[in-house]
Parts: sequence; C-alpha cells; structure tokens
Amino acid sequence: MISCRNVSVSYDGKAAVDGVSFDVEAGDCLCVVGENGSGKSSLMKCVLGLLKPSSGEITFDGLSRSEIGYLPQQAGVRNDFPASVCEVVLSGRCGRHGPFSFYGKADKACAELNMERLGVTSLKRKSYRDLSGGQRQRVLLARALTAADKLIMLDEPVTGLDPAMASDMYDLLESERRSGKTVMMISHDLKSAVRYGSKILHLQKKAVFLGSAEQYAASDFYRGLRGTDDE
Amino acid sequence: MSSLIALFAELLSYDFIVRAMAVGILVALCAALLGVTLVLKRYSMIGDGLSHVGFGALAIAMSLNLAPLEVSIPIVLFSAFMLLRISESSKIKGDAAIALISSSALAIGVIVVSMTTGMNADVCNYMFGAILALSRSDVYLSIAVAVAVLVLYVLSYNKIFAVTFDEDFAKATGTDASRYNMLIAGLTAMVIVVGMRMMGAMLISSLIIFPALTAMRVFSSFKCVVICSAVLSVICFVIGMAISFGISTPAGASIVVVNLAAFILFSAAGKAGLKI
Repeated sequence: MISCRNVSVSYDGKAAVDGVSFDVEAGDCLCVVGENGSGKSSLMKCVLGLLKPSSGEITFDGLSRSEIGYLPQQAGVRNDFPASVCEVVLSGRCGRHGPFSFYGKADKACAELNMERLGVTSLKRKSYRDLSGGQRQRVLLARALTAADKLIMLDEPVTGLDPAMASDMYDLLESERRSGKTVMMISHDLKSAVRYGSKILHLQKKAVFLGSAEQYAASDFYRGLRGTDDE
Repeated sequence: MSSLIALFAELLSYDFIVRAMAVGILVALCAALLGVTLVLKRYSMIGDGLSHVGFGALAIAMSLNLAPLEVSIPIVLFSAFMLLRISESSKIKGDAAIALISSSALAIGVIVVSMTTGMNADVCNYMFGAILALSRSDVYLSIAVAVAVLVLYVLSYNKIFAVTFDEDFAKATGTDASRYNMLIAGLTAMVIVVGMRMMGAMLISSLIIFPALTAMRVFSSFKCVVICSAVLSVICFVIGMAISFGISTPAGASIVVVNLAAFILFSAAGKAGLKI
C-alpha cells in the first residue's frame, strides 16, 4: 500500500530521519516507536505529504490521499477556534469532495456514526474550544475515522486519554482493522504497540528494528526498554 | 424612532447615497466573510499590509495618470500572494516582514504623491475614503467583485472551514490547502482594493477584522460566527453611514467606531456568559 525507500529528512542540515525504508501492506497495523526526537513524527509527516523528504521516495499503491484519515498531535490544533464538534467531525469528509461541493447525506451519516462510536454524540453542538483534552482527542479521532476509507494514521493517539478510554480506543482501532482498514501509528506505549501492532518499526533516526510484533517482543530493544519502563 | 425613519427616508432619496449604500453593504459583507478566516489563521496583518500596498499603488497610478483601480488590482493581488508566502515560511518572522512591506509601500506612496500631484483631494480620498464620491464605473466594478467573492466563498465554504481549522489535516487527506489559501488571499486583495475607495486605505482593514472578532466573542460554531459577522458588518455599516450623514462625520471613521461599539458590547455579553 505504501512503500518508503531510503527516506531521509533534515532540518537545517541536521538529519532527523536517516535512510529509513519500510512497507505498509493492506491490513497491517504498523506501530512506529522510539524516543522523543527519534524522527517518528517527521517520518509520518513525510508519508502524509506535509514534509518533503530531503532524499528517498514514498510511493502509494492503490491508495489516494482522500482515503487517509489522520489524527495529529493535539498541539497543532488551535485552542480558541469557534467550531462545533459536528463541524469538526464532518470536515473529515472534505478531501473526498471536489471544489465547489457540499456535504451530502452519506457524509453526515458517516460523521454521526463515528461520533457515536467515540461517544461524543452528546457533545455534537458544543464548541470545540470548550472541550477537555480527552474530549478533544476523541473528537479528532472521530474526524480521522470519518476521513479514513483505507488507511488511518495516528500520531500518539492515547495522549490525554485515561487508561479505560485508551483501551477502548485500541479496541476501536482493532475493529477498524478487522473491517479491512490499515493502521499506522506512532506510540510511546510499547506494551500496547506489541499487543495491538502487527509490525513494529523502532526509530533512532535510522530504523534500528523492523519486523513483526512477536519478533520485537523477543528482541533486546523491547526487553531493555520494558525493563526500565516497568520500574 | 420616527425621526430615525425620516432620516433613512431622506438618505435614500439621494441617488449617490443609494449607490454608496449598495456598494458598501456588499463590500462590508465580503470583508466580514473573509475576515473570519483571516483572523482565525492569524493573517489579520495581511489585510492591513495590503491596504498600505494598495495606497502606494494608487499613488503611483495617479502620478502616471493611469486608471487607479486597473493598476492597483494586479499589484495588490501580487502582494497578497507574496505576503502569504512570507507568512507560511517559518524562517522569516511573518508579522515583522508584513510590517516592513506595508510601511515601505506607504512611504513610497507618500513620496510619489508629494513629488507629483501633492496631497490633493483625490489622495485624501484614498487615504480616508470617499464613499459618496463613487463613480458609476466604481460601482459596477465593486458589485462585480463583491458578487464574485460571495459566490466563491459560499461554494468553497466547506473547504475553507477545513483549511482554516486544521491545514495539515486538510492537506494530508487530499485537499489542496495552498489553493484555498491563495483563493482567500486573492479575494482579500480584491475586496481591499474595492473597499479602499469607500473606507480609505487607513481604515479598510478594520472592516475585515472587527466583525469576525466581535462575532467570536459570543458565537461558538464556525457557521454561526460567519453568519453573525456578515450580518453584524452590514448593520454596523448602515448605522455608521446614518451617523455620518446625521452629524456630518467622515463615513469610514464612523463605521469603524460603530464596529468598535459592537465589539465592546459583544465582549461584555460574552464575559457575562452569553454563549451561543
């Protein structure tokens, strides 16, 4: 579905991502893990076309941009923006319409469905700026699901969610996968990455590990990190 | 109350005032619509910068005896795209660059004026507005621009919302965000050039910024903010014109003061807990 070959990103001559190659196949759940500043977000932005890689190439096969749903890290969205929850979720359908068009019944039904799944239907008429961090995260996830036909890209999806909500969210992603969608997410949470992911990409600017979740769970990276994680 | 109605009846009995009202209402409407996006995208300074560039362009056009609007529209359009590029690139500090360009354009305009025509009535009209001096061709051009802005804005409403709310998301999911940024910048440039004739280069940016900020005090959905700022802008314009006619104050300045009053009123209402 997606193939990245030797992708590098650099800011002002400093490499943030260095020659990373990987593939995402339909039905995968690729978890990108690594420490802060290891280039996870930069790599995801390259795939999304928000950042131009300084070298290497990314190709899509049987996937167009309008079939992608994206959950950004919250910091990017403004806090005082006057927009109702309904408007935000519905804007997920924007990419699949050409210029000069309006949302139809199918768009609205899809937005309603995803608001229901994320439990934000009761907030529908509320303003995005009046929501708590966890509520915002769920609204943005509803928007991502509304947009995603084939691929869901998530940048730290559980930030700001309490553990119960986080596990609900992973279950939701799992059911999306069963219905045939592909997931690529950045995660801090190694345990969940191993549990829900099918493939793991461990970044330290370079790809230091790329393989199945089982292989990763048995690897030194995981054990070493988990060791410090659990303490 | 009856004296107010009588005032309006008297106002509308003059042909040139009817013309001014028609153009003014359309321009106020367009400015308010675009203003919501500009304010939310932190592009308010672009409006201010463009009006100063517009003044410089007009000064040069007048000194060369060229038609003012035909010269300034392409120049202001070009500057709009330039300012957009500057705001988007993170390397240069956008607000400082805009201030630099706008004051330079103003300075060049003032020098050109003083070397050629001098500060005559025409120049003053462009600085502070002369809504009652609109010629027939001004009226046609303004109406054409305003209608084009309204139609494009309404047709692109959903895209404009998506790009305003979260440009990265819009881009990532297949919307050509830079196209809509260009559209907004281009439409803003057109509205500013047309509106300058009526509000003056110094005051036109208030027509863009005030209604959006005022509406945001009370309304909390994008659609309501857009509708409220459009309605508010027209109401403030009409009241401002009536005041200007009633007590002979300059039209542009009166409209700005009415907008200020509305802003204070809405801020107080918002603080008092009125949220819709």
